[in-house]
Amino acid sequence: MGGSGQARFVRLGETGRARIAVTVDGESIEALEGDSLLVAILTARGRLRRSEFGPEARSGFCLMAACQDCWVWTADGHRLRACDTPVRAGLSLVTEQPDMSWPIPV
Amino acid sequence: MADPRIVIVGAGPAGIRAAGALVAAGLRPILLDEGQRDGGQIYRRQPEGFTRTPEQLYGTEAARAVALHESFERLKPQIAYHPRHLVWNVADGVVHTISEGKPGQFAYDALIIAAGATDRLLPVKGWQHAGVYSLGGAQIALKAQACAIGRRVVFLGTGPLLQLVALQYHKAGAGVVALLDTSPFRRQVMALPKLAARPGMLVKGLRLVGGLMASGMAIHRGVTPVEIHGEAEAGVTGVSVRLASGRIRRFDCDAVGLGYHLRPEAQLADLARCAFTFDPKTRQYWPEIDAEGRSSVPGVYLAGDGVRTQGADGAEISGALAACAVLADLGRAVPEAERAALRARARIMERFREGIAEAYPWPAHLAADLPDEAILCRCEGITVGEVREAATGKGADEVNRAKALTRVGMGRCQGRYCGHAGAEIVAAASGVPLEAVGRLRGQAPVKPLAISAGESQP
Amino acid sequence: MTEPQRSDVLIIGGGIMGASAAFFLRQRGKSVTLIERGLIGQQASGTNFGNVRRQGRYLPQLPLANRSRAIWGRLNEMLGEDAEFLPSGHLRLAYSEEMAGRIEQYGRDARPYGLELQMLSGNVLRDRFPFLGPEIRAGSYSPLDGHANPRLAAPAFGRAAKRAGAVIVERTEVLSVEQEGGSFRALTADGRVFRAEQMLITAGAWGSRLSQQFGEPAPLVVHGPQMAVTEPVPYALEPVLGIATTIPEEIIYLRQVKRGNIVFGGGIRGPASAETLRAYVKPENTLGQLAQITRIVPALRRLNVIRVWSGIESYLPDDIPIMGPSARVSGLHYAFGFCGHGFQLGPGVGDVMAELIATGQTSTPIEPFTIARFASKATNQTGGHE
Repeated sequence: MGGSGQARFVRLGETGRARIAVTVDGESIEALEGDSLLVAILTARGRLRRSEFGPEARSGFCLMAACQDCWVWTADGHRLRACDTPVRAGLSLVTEQPDMSWPIPV
Repeated sequence: MADPRIVIVGAGPAGIRAAGALVAAGLRPILLDEGQRDGGQIYRRQPEGFTRTPEQLYGTEAARAVALHESFERLKPQIAYHPRHLVWNVADGVVHTISEGKPGQFAYDALIIAAGATDRLLPVKGWQHAGVYSLGGAQIALKAQACAIGRRVVFLGTGPLLQLVALQYHKAGAGVVALLDTSPFRRQVMALPKLAARPGMLVKGLRLVGGLMASGMAIHRGVTPVEIHGEAEAGVTGVSVRLASGRIRRFDCDAVGLGYHLRPEAQLADLARCAFTFDPKTRQYWPEIDAEGRSSVPGVYLAGDGVRTQGADGAEISGALAACAVLADLGRAVPEAERAALRARARIMERFREGIAEAYPWPAHLAADLPDEAILCRCEGITVGEVREAATGKGADEVNRAKALTRVGMGRCQGRYCGHAGAEIVAAASGVPLEAVGRLRGQAPVKPLAISAGESQP
Repeated sequence: MTEPQRSDVLIIGGGIMGASAAFFLRQRGKSVTLIERGLIGQQASGTNFGNVRRQGRYLPQLPLANRSRAIWGRLNEMLGEDAEFLPSGHLRLAYSEEMAGRIEQYGRDARPYGLELQMLSGNVLRDRFPFLGPEIRAGSYSPLDGHANPRLAAPAFGRAAKRAGAVIVERTEVLSVEQEGGSFRALTADGRVFRAEQMLITAGAWGSRLSQQFGEPAPLVVHGPQMAVTEPVPYALEPVLGIATTIPEEIIYLRQVKRGNIVFGGGIRGPASAETLRAYVKPENTLGQLAQITRIVPALRRLNVIRVWSGIESYLPDDIPIMGPSARVSGLHYAFGFCGHGFQLGPGVGDVMAELIATGQTSTPIEPFTIARFASKATNQTGGHE
């Protein structure tokens, strides 16, 4: 329950916004225009990333860009802070930190 | 003489009122704000395309929120407004920003820092699990995105926000399992004389409590948090607390809103080299200010919840007062009658702030009593026991020493969420007063700085 | 006033030099008291980059660096604590043919001192270290150098010295030092008096304040290193990397700790004050470093800096430290002013100073570091190391 496969957040309103498609861990999910990346992912999945220093999944904490818990990666390895980055159609995101294998395309 | 360069950091209630007062005096301040839109966190505006009314968003404070937003719209053409500008450092009379990945600089003659507050946190065993959010975070999910943080939510901690968010969730149709407040009810009764400094606010507070009673959610006061239960992958599964009766009770849930009132975002004041002082009542260091917000550093002024947690109304007053101080110090005409009125109102706000701090005290003993295996620093996965061991076994009886030896406070959040509890743990384990263990020194960047910013030098 | 505290050796200043000297003096059976104004390893010893690098050093310093490197290799076992020493290798890099030539020459010159370096360039360099940027032309690889955690090393020495019987007196400022009737005397701000047969001044940026009380001032100036660290990422950058350059803005060095954070520093030094005990990182210096770091490892452009810091380092005009016996006062010794490159040397300096104090001589040559080199002709009478 509530794991990577199950939505964590619940929408309570404002559902009339335009629907846009983004990809999370290779699967297409539906987000709404105006969603933050955090909301887009957590209304479809249970986590944003994993702790570097513990076994647990992480799903953000402060939602005001202070705690830095909610960084996610684009499929090509760039980092985005999910709570204050608006979702854009066509984004492809991953919730597992990519390895640093070389050479990384810049 | 050229007009003075006045930089305001933060477009919340304090920053906007400061800007308004400066514009009224014929100046054109620079207003830097990290957010996409004005309003700060408290009067945060929902994104374009959202349709809820101000009443739905801000409740009893709707009129004030709308007034502030409208004031700002009128101000906009008269100020240099830079949204999406994170101030990451300040040195030698220059604030350094990052916007859209590009660095920038703004030199100032006067700097008003109105950086707001973040939740004051006290760890509880299991708080690292997915699904645990700060109370402020839980509120933003609702206010800015019309979402609840889970299907069955427990609110745990203390402070006015705890009750407000619980009721906001309930009214918005979210599943609220319980409100678990560490403050015993008698503390709120004892604080009534000070809370009566703002009779209107007191009435709102009582209505809030009435609303909660009528909501049907479980409400327990005077609780002791025991553990947030969870699984590595699934996240939160429940919360256990010891009730005032002494009985331990578990509440099943899939999300927790956790917070113990607010703490000032004082990193910029620290980087500007402002002196800090220990407040024994709230058990924290905060920047020194005079009655109008002057810091110890000439030309640097502090306003709003970023220096004293007075709430939005107090922030508006302190922002306007800081602008008066700037005008006076620059030798400009000051609207003296208004200044006197603001100072009188500021005293009321300060008395009320003290009342709130007494009604919902920071439960220091809970930090000292945390089990060794509890995670203290969420960023770095440092346990309470590691910090205790550094204090007792390695002589780390000062917080920066404990940080150097254990990494507590060294992570991405820079100690925002573990710092206060870490200090309590070091103090209790070393047997020295909290004041003597000091405070984590602020270090740039205020928030993470992208290395790619080096590619486009100003 | 209580009776003065007495010991064989009184050490003033608890950085890595003083703490390791205390430890090694105990191993040689000397009674030791170490007085530190703040906490052990709090100033330059705790805020530096953490390089355990030999290559690139002033050649006559290599015997000392080699001795120190040998101690680093058994540090955890010796101290019973982990200072996170990682013999990861050190790669010194050049952008230009000229600098490539210089580091190649250094490799030849270092060989007689027992430091074996591998000169790499072109595809060989890139195949081995595929993260390097296209501007890098050549590199000199020192396989046995590496890095360690400066926040842990000096405090670990201090605790080990204490366990071995040294008296460690923290949070105590020494106001004056003097020789009196053949022994040394230190008066502290809290009114205590410490006496000893021999004295070692390891007070870093504050060393000259004490040495001048014996008529031997040193022309120390202080600067703040400009350090920064990124968020943690999977461990993938094994060697410590550093640029060899004559352009100050281009200087940059970086290392990845096993937990994943990448620590870096270099470039223009920042302001520091021995009076206020403060040192600062200038924002423009941080931005300048960001522009340089991606020249070495372009992929780092995706990471974020989460913290910067500085410390109070002391420098001498010839960029080498003061180390050895006083030129004027028998029984007095110095080890301070390590010009931003003392961390690697720390354990070796402690070992050598302990040997010198206990036996009157040392098997490791340290003559170039004598304080006598700063003495005016009028006072430079004894000059020696009897």
